[in-house]
Amino acid sequence: MINLEISPGHQNLSNMINGMAKSMIRPLSRKYDIKEHEKAVELENLAKMMEKMGGGGLGGGDKKDKKEASGAPEIKNGMQMLGVIGAMEMCWACTGLTLAIPGMGLGNAAIDAVASDEQKERFGKVFAAMAITEPGTGSDSANVCTTAEADGDEWVINGEKIFVTDGGQCTHVVVWATLDKSVGKAAIKSFVVPKDAPGLEVVRLEKKMGIRASDTAAITFTNCRIPRDNILGDATIARTAEERKKAFGGVMQTFDNTRPAVGAMANGVARAALDMTREILEKEGVSLDYGKRRWNSSALQAEFYNMEADYEAARLLILKAAWLADNKTPNSKEASMCKAKSGRVGSYITLRCVEICSSLGYGEEYLLEKFARDSKILDIFEGTQQIQQLIVARHQLGLSSRELK
Amino acid sequence: MSEQAKLFDLTLTEEQRITREMMKKFSEVQLRAISRDADEAGEAPEGFYNKTMELGLSLIPIPEEVGGAGIPRSPVSNMLNAEDLGKGDMSLALGAVTPLAFINTVIDNGTKEQQEAFLSPFIAEEFVPATIALMEPRATFEPSELQTSAVKEGDVYVINGVKSMVLLGDSAQQILVIAEENGTAAGYVVPAGTEGLGIENEKNMGLHAVNTSKVTLDNVKVPVINKLGSEEQPFDLERLLDLSRLGVCAMSLGCAEAMLEYVTEYVNERVAFGEPISHRQSVAFMVANIAIELEAMRLMVYRAASRAEQGLDFHREAYLAQVICAEKAMEIGNNGVQLLGGHGFIREHMVELWYRNLRSVGVLEGAACI
Ligand SMILES: Cc1cc2nc3c(=O)[nH]c(=O)nc-3n(C[C@H](O)[C@H](O)[C@H](O)COP(=O)(O)OP(=O)(O)OC[C@H]3O[C@@H](n4cnc5c(N)ncnc54)[C@H](O)[C@@H]3O)c2cc1C
Repeated sequence: MINLEISPGHQNLSNMINGMAKSMIRPLSRKYDIKEHEKAVELENLAKMMEKMGGGGLGGGDKKDKKEASGAPEIKNGMQMLGVIGAMEMCWACTGLTLAIPGMGLGNAAIDAVASDEQKERFGKVFAAMAITEPGTGSDSANVCTTAEADGDEWVINGEKIFVTDGGQCTHVVVWATLDKSVGKAAIKSFVVPKDAPGLEVVRLEKKMGIRASDTAAITFTNCRIPRDNILGDATIARTAEERKKAFGGVMQTFDNTRPAVGAMANGVARAALDMTREILEKEGVSLDYGKRRWNSSALQAEFYNMEADYEAARLLILKAAWLADNKTPNSKEASMCKAKSGRVGSYITLRCVEICSSLGYGEEYLLEKFARDSKILDIFEGTQQIQQLIVARHQLGLSSRELK
Repeated sequence: MSEQAKLFDLTLTEEQRITREMMKKFSEVQLRAISRDADEAGEAPEGFYNKTMELGLSLIPIPEEVGGAGIPRSPVSNMLNAEDLGKGDMSLALGAVTPLAFINTVIDNGTKEQQEAFLSPFIAEEFVPATIALMEPRATFEPSELQTSAVKEGDVYVINGVKSMVLLGDSAQQILVIAEENGTAAGYVVPAGTEGLGIENEKNMGLHAVNTSKVTLDNVKVPVINKLGSEEQPFDLERLLDLSRLGVCAMSLGCAEAMLEYVTEYVNERVAFGEPISHRQSVAFMVANIAIELEAMRLMVYRAASRAEQGLDFHREAYLAQVICAEKAMEIGNNGVQLLGGHGFIREHMVELWYRNLRSVGVLEGAACI
């Protein structure tokens, strides 16, 4: 039955997360923006609470699905739905700090999605960052140059990764590396590398425009050795076109879960900006009650309604993508659709709210300027706006990556 | 409501699925096939509206006592119907559901006696045109600030004013005129042929296949029983507006879907500079964005309708659904034509027709109340 409201069960969880985020994260938001890479010690308790609630990182895991499904044999609202709702509430409070919460790394999502049971046992509780991007390759993730070579019962990893979110404070890094550069996509595998592995070095933390509370690291791997069974998925290189597609599809699949989560983050910041703007405007006597037709409203009201419509639409696209995932329906097109819409709408709304609130928006007394700095990255990482459009276009037009580059 | 119903869910009920199949088929065979010709002719072909009777749209919500099916009205099912019919042709779809908008509004606001009086004509086997007259010919028209007035004089109301974009105005047997009495809006059922009632056909940028009329009311008198809405049960103008917005928005979903399918096929076939134009990002991304924004529109409309169906407040959701549909339907119309280049401008292709029709979203108010 068509119903686009959050289920009562999820709504309760959402309220709980909102309460937590409001009281424990938001008050720290400005402080750790200014302190940049300093570890937010206050978050450690929060991390423990999150873990009790299911954890698994952004866009992570199916762990608790069975419990969630009570009384609903066919249709499920499960962990993916909870993941996106949680991300919205957390990032409503602060995106930077959300990314800095131990155990919330994107690497955790990858482990949850593809690790074997034995690996989940070993890596289930670690704080894992995700390292795909290199100085020479970002969007073109099939082009990674970091290498992994088998040597006895170890892998030897060499290369440089940049822009690793949480790379500084994490305990493990999920590294994309190629077993044989000449083979292309099919030879790319992901490896769980403990931070204390010999040959791993964090060489730099980046200084950024936004999400300053979250560290972004450059990490080098020089003959870095890890156990053979730290590879996620199959170590064999697919040789046929069909197998190749499947293999790379495997690593890419994580994105079907993480993209809605990152879309949800953008949506959370957008709502934060709208909420704050509404509060400021109402204090100044502007009513935003959907009374008059759009073009009979003031320019300010009309723009606010436009933004709310875009915000709500993005939110529903995210919920749909999560709902599909919860119900084991392929959602790669929808995941990209929701990320594309949420990403651009997030930047648009947060920037517009700064302008609308004038000096209160641009100044640091309120958080509007911070929202505008933070939200931009959400239209870039986990696939830029353009990459999402590319994916949607290929689906819609039935074109291969060779036909539509 | 069961637990299952309270989950976030986009699955259709079995009944909705079956109805959709029927609607889609009708839409393809009876609407799309005649869409261009009807647009050119500026009217629906002879007998068209009687054919729509097989869909049973009007009869469904009419109470059993009055001779209808008495099936509780479902905004979600009506919305799905509007979407499917809109895919065939927005203007013919609008015409087909206009009596239903009248019926729904009478059910929402009329007493038992009024329902019996005004709804019994619809039990006929033929299509009975009836309509709602809300809009007024002003750029700054605002439904809550009507200039059409009703004044009580003895046992009649005297109505004065001008209405525009009244769907099926030329053939409607009853017109529900929305007018203000001392600043309060209510509906007044005005039968065709009443003295002082002037009907004049309008011509619009699009929606050619459905008649819209300018309706002038010059000291039109109707019995007091013809007024829907009283002190105890005020006329619910907001509900009429919201459900109408959803009806029109739902039709735009169908039309935009038709556009998406059309351009998808076209850009894959059209070759320029040695390969299909779909291989170029600036073309492909336009198509991707049509797909993205259409899905965004759709979920907004679905959500508002499902809230309406569940008896939840849905004013904000319907308002925002209209905002996004008005904006994006225009953009989709515009980009759809652009994707065909000069060919898109020629009336040989449907895209220019959809461009014109899609612009009506955000303009039309009080039409297609679902
Ligand atoms: C703060 C931060 C945190 C990050 N965290 C992580 C992380 O944890 N792990 C990780 O692996 N990476 C991370 N990244 C990297 C991020 O995912 C990449 O920056 C992103 O994927 C884009 O890659 P790029 O920067 O190399 O840009 P490029 O790929 O060089 O792209 C530049 C521009 O070209 C466009 N473009 C590229 N290819 C195409 C195409 N085929 N069609 C159309 N347009 C195209 C892009 O959209 C973009 O606008 C992070 C980055 C930042 C800034």
